[in-house]
Amino acid sequence: MARVILAGVTRRFTATGAAAVDTVDLTVADGGFIALLGPSGCGKTTLLRLIAGFERPDAGRVTIGDDTVAGPDGFVPPERRQVGMVFQSFALWPHMTVAGNVGYPLRVAGIRGPDYHRKVAEALAAVSLGPLADRRPAALSGGQRQRVALARCLVMRPRVVLLDEPLASLDPHLRTAMQAEFTRFHALTRATMIYVTHDQAEALALADQVAVMQHGRIAQLAPPRELYRAPASEFVARFVGGGAVVPAMVLSAQGDTAEVELLGLRRRLRAAPGQRPGPALACLRPEDLRIAADGAAATLRAARYQGATTEAELDVGGQTVWLRTQSDTIPDALYLDVTDGWVIPGSKEAVLF
Amino acid sequence: MPSDAALAPPPLAGTGMDGGERAVRLGLAAFVALVAFWPVARLLAEAVAPGGHPGLRVLAQTWAAPATRVALGHTLVASGLGTVLATLLGAGLALVVALTDIRAKAAVVVTFMLLLMVAPQVLALAWAQLAGPGSPLLGALGLAPRPGSRNPLYSPGGVVLLFGLHHAPLVFLAVRAALRQVPQALLEAAQVSGAGAWRSLLTIVLPLAGPAIAAGAGLAFVSCIGNFGIPALLGIPAGYSVLVTLIYQRLSGFGPAVLPEVAAIALGLGLIAGLALALQGWLRGLLQVGGADAGPAATGWQLGRWRPAAEALIWALLLVALVLPLAALLAQSLVPAVGVRLSAATATLANYGYVLGEDAAARRAFTNSFLLAGAAAAILLLLAVPLAVLGEWRRSRAIALLSLAAELPYALPGVVLAMAMILVFLRPLPLLGISLYSTPWIILLAYLARFLTLAWRPVTAGLAQVDRHLDEAAQGAGAGFLYRLRTVAYPLLAPAAGAGAILVFLTAFNELTVSALLWSSGSETVGVAIFSLDQGGESSAAAAVSVLSVSATLALIGVASLLARRLPPGVLPWRA
Repeated sequence: MARVILAGVTRRFTATGAAAVDTVDLTVADGGFIALLGPSGCGKTTLLRLIAGFERPDAGRVTIGDDTVAGPDGFVPPERRQVGMVFQSFALWPHMTVAGNVGYPLRVAGIRGPDYHRKVAEALAAVSLGPLADRRPAALSGGQRQRVALARCLVMRPRVVLLDEPLASLDPHLRTAMQAEFTRFHALTRATMIYVTHDQAEALALADQVAVMQHGRIAQLAPPRELYRAPASEFVARFVGGGAVVPAMVLSAQGDTAEVELLGLRRRLRAAPGQRPGPALACLRPEDLRIAADGAAATLRAARYQGATTEAELDVGGQTVWLRTQSDTIPDALYLDVTDGWVIPGSKEAVLF
Repeated sequence: MPSDAALAPPPLAGTGMDGGERAVRLGLAAFVALVAFWPVARLLAEAVAPGGHPGLRVLAQTWAAPATRVALGHTLVASGLGTVLATLLGAGLALVVALTDIRAKAAVVVTFMLLLMVAPQVLALAWAQLAGPGSPLLGALGLAPRPGSRNPLYSPGGVVLLFGLHHAPLVFLAVRAALRQVPQALLEAAQVSGAGAWRSLLTIVLPLAGPAIAAGAGLAFVSCIGNFGIPALLGIPAGYSVLVTLIYQRLSGFGPAVLPEVAAIALGLGLIAGLALALQGWLRGLLQVGGADAGPAATGWQLGRWRPAAEALIWALLLVALVLPLAALLAQSLVPAVGVRLSAATATLANYGYVLGEDAAARRAFTNSFLLAGAAAAILLLLAVPLAVLGEWRRSRAIALLSLAAELPYALPGVVLAMAMILVFLRPLPLLGISLYSTPWIILLAYLARFLTLAWRPVTAGLAQVDRHLDEAAQGAGAGFLYRLRTVAYPLLAPAAGAGAILVFLTAFNELTVSALLWSSGSETVGVAIFSLDQGGESSAAAAVSVLSVSATLALIGVASLLARRLPPGVLPWRA
């Protein structure tokens, strides 16, 4: 177990010199479970590989536990970082059996004999794969291969576990089951876990901290609930949770609320302390809106039936908002009320146009 | 939970490379420098500063001499015409194999590829036996040229014909690979637009195959100008010299005294090869049309009632080009002397007894070639894997550059490489005081230089199919470079490395171009034995050695084919 600290870490593409990871500061608490979330190309995988040691930072410092593993003074190669990694492709060695794959880190460390067999058996038992020890990876299903990769990671009790989109190559129905497996794995080992994904549902469900990345920088680092309820920027508001971002005029602010005019209504929304009056942007989640007898006039653009609820795309005076409702039918013209919302801090209306 | 000891801080290293990796990198760099950089640089130096005195006089004199100019003209004409023939044959057959429904494609391909896999001097000898006045086969049919008349293959035409036949598979491979990338949808789109088969072929297939045809033709041309076996066996008796045979004749006639002069010729030959490759690259760029949409590869057309005729034509071609000459070779090896008709009464195994027993030089040749090819294959098998791993997985720029440099001795005509080796190793080695010249070691070094690429390419192709994360996972598990090499890279790449080693063995075992200049009494190779016996008029003995070498070739192809299922596509050239 160890905490991971990145200080001013930058990694440039060799070809273009553009920064894939740009002066990132990040602290992952000992035993924490952090998700790196972002669109493809945002630098999240590069950040993970910097922590693993497969990439060398061009600037900055990476610390695992008490050891600086990358910095101006030197560089510790991956094989001496005591980190575990689960790859998107699983990276199981096809020429070794399941037990051979899982026992590899032990053999590298010179562990032999009864100790070796006991540890391999324990790791396989932890992922319920004991009976398949002598199979080759090719004879396993996707979920089983994923569990072998986990066991291989588990067997050395690494200080930090790095997971690179570990569920991306699995069938959707397997993903939920494997998410539970990761939660159990984390509770069992209390290892510090860093999890890269582009799937926000996965990030919000698994991690206790989520770092949203954009253009090689961390746009926001927060617990899942805070990320959803109080996005720090317009990008985060749009990327996470599928909400609408609409222009708003802050009239006055007190503590953590603000008096705001938006969509032609005057409402009290949540806001960051110290929010200044003036033009701003507000984030409205689909459940923040409801159909009312009176309010902002809206027209229906499209409706998506999702079983328990229906999600509607509405036009309010040229602004697009989304509404989640349990009623089956949505009229083509209706009135909307805003029941909750968040004033995006530091945002100006000008950003939108 | 880990003990505290397991969490002891790892020391901060100065670099991401462990000691094992650094040693392997240095070793590989030293190896490539020794066998590739140094000899080629030395050859350049000798041409512009003969005997250590800078000056272009020797260069100018050599290239002003009529003999050089005549040989240059012959080289360009024979190679040019040979390339045209090779391109017509190779590209034509590739179109038929890739885009029609002829049967037994695998058999067609493997037979056709034998034209390349059989050593050029053996193919030339076989054709000479088939077409000559003493032809046991034509003789049996009463079709042989009149006794005492000249063998029609000892002529410029013979050289061109054999250049074309031997190198046609090179064009075939390039064109077929390109045709496999043509999506069937493109042909179907032409079809729904109203185009018939011939129009689709001319307007869709040929434009898309253009760069590959140019690439194959360029490769064939460079191979023609560097080829020694064919002009040596068919050109020398006719007094038709090309640059390669000119170098050989000068050097074997006058010894090391003419080194500056032949270095100048070799440099010119290398220059022509370089120009040809540059031209080929330019032409490919010109013809390149950009990537097509992906999709299932074209299956082409059904020949319908024309199919039997097409198949008959192809097999007739293969019969004449390969099977009959080899049969003539076999027949010649079974008769006591040239001109004796093969029959139950005349058939004898005495020639085999002679070359395997009485003739010490021929017997040594088999041992030497076996040991040299085996050593080269084994050493390159070991080197190719780390070279590919460092270049691809570890993304070492320096190693990638080295791999490129290692292509040089293969791309250069073999005679040029042999010349370079002589220049470097003629004088005693510094510090050791022993000379490798006129020992088998110089041949081994030349083989290592020349065939490194053959061993390295299949491994790189194999590596491309292996997930790089397999290495990183082992690294994450704490394994150092040498441990990973042993437990991950070698086991995963064993089939590809094995196939590369077999290709090296096959090529080295049949090789003549390099050893013709580097052999000495005691270090004869199979190629040299065939050439010497033929030159000495012992045609039946030469045929016997050739038959044995073809048998070894076929056996190795069989062994490699057993590996085929576990290999990336394209590694074994003769696989359909």
